[in-house]
Amino acid sequence: MKRYDGDVLAVDSLDLEIQSGELVVLVGPSGCGKSTTLRMIAGLEHITDGDLHIGDRRVNDVHPRDRDIAMVFQSYALYPHMTVRENMAFGLVLRKTPRDEIDRRVQEAAQTLGLDDLLARKPRALSGGQRQRVAMGRALVRQPQVFLFDEPLSNLDAKLRGQMRLEIARLHRQLGATMIYVTHDQVEAMTLADRIAILDQGRLQQFGSPMEVYKAPANRFVASFIGTPSMNMIEGALKVEGDAGWFEGDSVRIELPKVELEALRQGLGEQRELTLGVRPSSLSIVNDNGELNGSVEHVERMGAETFAHVSCGSGTVICRFGGDHPVALGDSLSLGLDWAEVHFFDKAGDRLSRGETL
Amino acid sequence: MSDSTFARRAATHLVLILVTMAVLYPLVLVLKIAFGPGQGFSAGLSPIPDTVSLDNFRAVVSETTPDGVWLFGRQLLNSAVIAISTTVVGILLACTAGYAFSRFDFPGRETGLMTFLVSQMFPGVMMMIPLYLILEKLGLLNAPMGLILVYATTSIPFCVWMLKGYFDTIPRELEESAIMDGASRFTIFWRIILPLSAPAVAVTALFCFMTAWNEFVLAFTFMDDPLAFTLPVAVQGYVGEKSIEWGRFAAASVLVSVPVMALFFALQKHLVGGLTAGAVKG
Repeated sequence: MKRYDGDVLAVDSLDLEIQSGELVVLVGPSGCGKSTTLRMIAGLEHITDGDLHIGDRRVNDVHPRDRDIAMVFQSYALYPHMTVRENMAFGLVLRKTPRDEIDRRVQEAAQTLGLDDLLARKPRALSGGQRQRVAMGRALVRQPQVFLFDEPLSNLDAKLRGQMRLEIARLHRQLGATMIYVTHDQVEAMTLADRIAILDQGRLQQFGSPMEVYKAPANRFVASFIGTPSMNMIEGALKVEGDAGWFEGDSVRIELPKVELEALRQGLGEQRELTLGVRPSSLSIVNDNGELNGSVEHVERMGAETFAHVSCGSGTVICRFGGDHPVALGDSLSLGLDWAEVHFFDKAGDRLSRGETL
Repeated sequence: MSDSTFARRAATHLVLILVTMAVLYPLVLVLKIAFGPGQGFSAGLSPIPDTVSLDNFRAVVSETTPDGVWLFGRQLLNSAVIAISTTVVGILLACTAGYAFSRFDFPGRETGLMTFLVSQMFPGVMMMIPLYLILEKLGLLNAPMGLILVYATTSIPFCVWMLKGYFDTIPRELEESAIMDGASRFTIFWRIILPLSAPAVAVTALFCFMTAWNEFVLAFTFMDDPLAFTLPVAVQGYVGEKSIEWGRFAAASVLVSVPVMALFFALQKHLVGGLTAGAVKG
């Protein structure tokens, strides 16, 4: 799928195959083309080039109303002059669904979402969370083949967001419907998705299960986008002397295990520039001769966990400890790497595979 | 309350009271003359009437032609037909045009809007002669249809701008949501956009109605048969070359303003909403 808007390429050669009943999350920073992709699926944006299939049907030129899709908008887009009941029934009324069938479905959806008591209210008399529910109810009553969610939770406060996230997950289990969900929040992506599609600058970066993209990020972008705090990235180069090899960065010199070295030599070819990536949780304190040494610059205590910012050479690495860990400002730490969790990226940002698959 | 804030408040109120009196005084004076017994200013400038009489109203309302046609009734009907038709035609076209200008991208969109705007910059009187010639060719002088055409066409540009401005404030997501719900363009316009624009439509309708109801210069130019007169032209008739019947003039003026005032009151709720439309998104 592609789209040209004037000369701007918003979404470039996106190729996704979504299984029936799957919940796929499109995630990426703002302007990455995720919403545009969703709107193309909905039929609100024209597809410049490429095919969109729903089931066995090519729907590029099918009107949105005939695509059997329902969409939940970021702003909810409830009709302000209609009651909750009318809002939910609108799509069915337009489709000339019989009266009692409409009533039954609205009642059913209202029950599922806990809206029974609010059916006679106008949207302006509802709270944010309730409006959100009505927006979902409006999609629900349509019983569509595919549900589209466009950042549905971004207007809610943190607590409510967590609640609605669970509710959407529950709905998905209950309905077994195909859902495509757009968000910029990687927590939503990780927790909701069967599979995540990570987009950046209109291009698909990786498409895989949450653990796949977390454990085996396809490239540097995915590696730093998924996970909080971000994966530590250390710039450097490969040095080889005889059988031994080092990763050498600015005042960092790390001897590479045999397996790693072999993989890197194969992956890099003549190239030598490298980035080493390691998650804060894959660093641990060792007595001495750890791979990374430095002093603690900053400590963030989150309660259940503690993040220490350790200056190593010209950069800083973040390191995750337990909540009660005694680490303190100014401590000198020697940090060991968990080699199973270390990633290397070449100059282009692609991850150099160690050959072991997950 | 300190002295200085009290003084400031008092001054503010004094100014407001003076302005209000200046605005209301002529109106009160017209009422006094209308309800007075005579035809002159003899009563002086005091706004308080000494005697109240309905003679002037009776005379105005019961005006007939020599061959017995009830003139006032006929002129009232003319005014009503013309004003209501202008409003209906104007609103119908302005809503659809405003919606198109607000939502569709088509060649000539900018030019069209600009043309509408520029057309508002010329005084209406400038159009008098060309309009007269056109109406004469069409045989619509002395016909209500002529005035309806003229009023509708002259008020539509303003109405289009006004409605387009309001439509612009309605989030597009509402329409997209309706599209997903299966609504056609017309359904969206009819069942989503128009109900949401009720305040703006009310203000615009009132504008159309008032333009047509109060307009004098064009009506005076295009109509020379008293049976085709609208009320403002009839009112002016009381200030003739030979005699000036101030009493009846005032009474007729009051009668003409009643429907507009009634409309204002009826639409008050919407008007307030419509005038502040777009200021606050909600």
